[in-house]
Amino acid sequence: MQLEQQGVPTVAVHTHVFSRLARSVAQTNGMPTMRQVFVPQPVVGRSPAELRAYIDGNDPITGRPFMAEVLEGLTRPLDAADLAGVSFERTTPRLLEPDTEENLQRLFIENHWTDFLPIVLPTEERVAAMLAGTSHRPDEIVGRMRPTAYREFWEYTVEKVAVNAVMAGARPEYFPVILAMAASGVTARSSSTTSFAGVAVVNGPIRREIGMNPGIGAMGPYNHANATIGRAYSLLSQNLQGGSVPNETYMGSQGNPLSYSCCFPENEERSPWTPFHVEHGFRPEESTVSLFLGGWYTIFGDGPRDTWQQRFRRAFAACDTYIGPIVALDPLVARGFVERGFDTKQKLAEWFARNCRLPAREYWDSIWMQTLARPRGLAGIEPFASRLKAAPDEEVEIFRPEDISIVVVGGETQPTWRLIAGSLRGNIVSVDKWR
Amino acid sequence: MADQVTVHDPRGYPPKVTGKALAPRKETLEGRKLYLVDCLFDNSAVFMSQLQHWFAEHLPAVETAIIRPRESWVDDPEMRAAIAADGGAAILGVGL
Repeated sequence: MQLEQQGVPTVAVHTHVFSRLARSVAQTNGMPTMRQVFVPQPVVGRSPAELRAYIDGNDPITGRPFMAEVLEGLTRPLDAADLAGVSFERTTPRLLEPDTEENLQRLFIENHWTDFLPIVLPTEERVAAMLAGTSHRPDEIVGRMRPTAYREFWEYTVEKVAVNAVMAGARPEYFPVILAMAASGVTARSSSTTSFAGVAVVNGPIRREIGMNPGIGAMGPYNHANATIGRAYSLLSQNLQGGSVPNETYMGSQGNPLSYSCCFPENEERSPWTPFHVEHGFRPEESTVSLFLGGWYTIFGDGPRDTWQQRFRRAFAACDTYIGPIVALDPLVARGFVERGFDTKQKLAEWFARNCRLPAREYWDSIWMQTLARPRGLAGIEPFASRLKAAPDEEVEIFRPEDISIVVVGGETQPTWRLIAGSLRGNIVSVDKWR
Repeated sequence: MADQVTVHDPRGYPPKVTGKALAPRKETLEGRKLYLVDCLFDNSAVFMSQLQHWFAEHLPAVETAIIRPRESWVDDPEMRAAIAADGGAAILGVGL
């Protein structure tokens, strides 16, 4: 679109499964007639001959010859619609038309405003009660969010966040955490084909104040605060960012069960180590929420036992190489590592980084390593530049220490651990600001 | 008849959409430079290479050049400026 505005006739080629999304993006950027042509999915993994056959073949959306559409797109004279584009204002009302509870529940589902589980209807009374959980004004702008980098940002107020918090079943005392999540601008409902989820970890005194559970069942449906704060993050993401609708604003090929709710507190009291937020520069008495984009792989184990080194090497080798893991350790596991000399999280992260390796051929053999990391390697950006130069069978480190986030959580009934995909990218947000 | 209730709309506020015109087209690409923009998605480079072969075989009078942004999903104003400077047209792909 920017090239068109610079006077360069342009055709954009997408695979056919993205046709609705591509047209939607063109519409919401004011250029609905931009020339878009489609080839069959997939392009990834196809041989040169197969891709040439796409070029020689037909656009699967229109049925017309692909190259005929490309050449027309670059040479056909413009009409009035091409010259005008489309302008429109969209507004979101504050209140919906009154209706019965049954009809409203159905309306919310039909409009893709829920997670397809029953919601608490956001009546004026309930939203007003939620707003009492913060000192911030209802009309204060909290932030903006979008499902992916090439879509438009939507903006939202404290009141709009409260609406979604009510829907999730949250209580007013949880609202500062939920506002912090909304203020981060990090969506829990990314549009990515990889099926991201948002994973939230809470630190500081707020955990105990609002009754969060860092012990038995912390990552499951066993605590009201954990469950509803996570759900609120998911609902506010989809509703405040412009939607999370399959084929339009959500393209996750398989979806992710963590998208319903994934929020838990670190078990700071039973951890032998520094709390996660303190590692990242906050004071122990500050309350924060850390927002990770990921959640699409989960690898489980117990220990550390005699063969823990081999076990963790295999576990890290099974991770997607583009995004490092959240290493969620039961306190028993954390203390087991301290007994083995890892008296800080940093030392353990460094051991994982130095010792968990893959042959370069395997390290690079993923869609996101090819799409996102390889260009950086070619541009000389480390660590990708060095890893790109490695021989195919040469072992390379999979992650840097800073890609690995160690969190202590669990109730000590068994020394279990999980690796969960999670990219932090500095997204640790103050909860105290939103009290 | 069931009681009616009033509830809030849960959606955020979208930006205003401003219409944008497409670039003027010429009747033919011949004699002009066509940039094939590899958007860096996995295997897009191979697709663009095949597209370049197609033009060499079918429209040899159209000069083609494959070009790439520095990073995936990050606008590259220098690349766009280079295309705008001497490019008669561009094909971007493959979005997937």
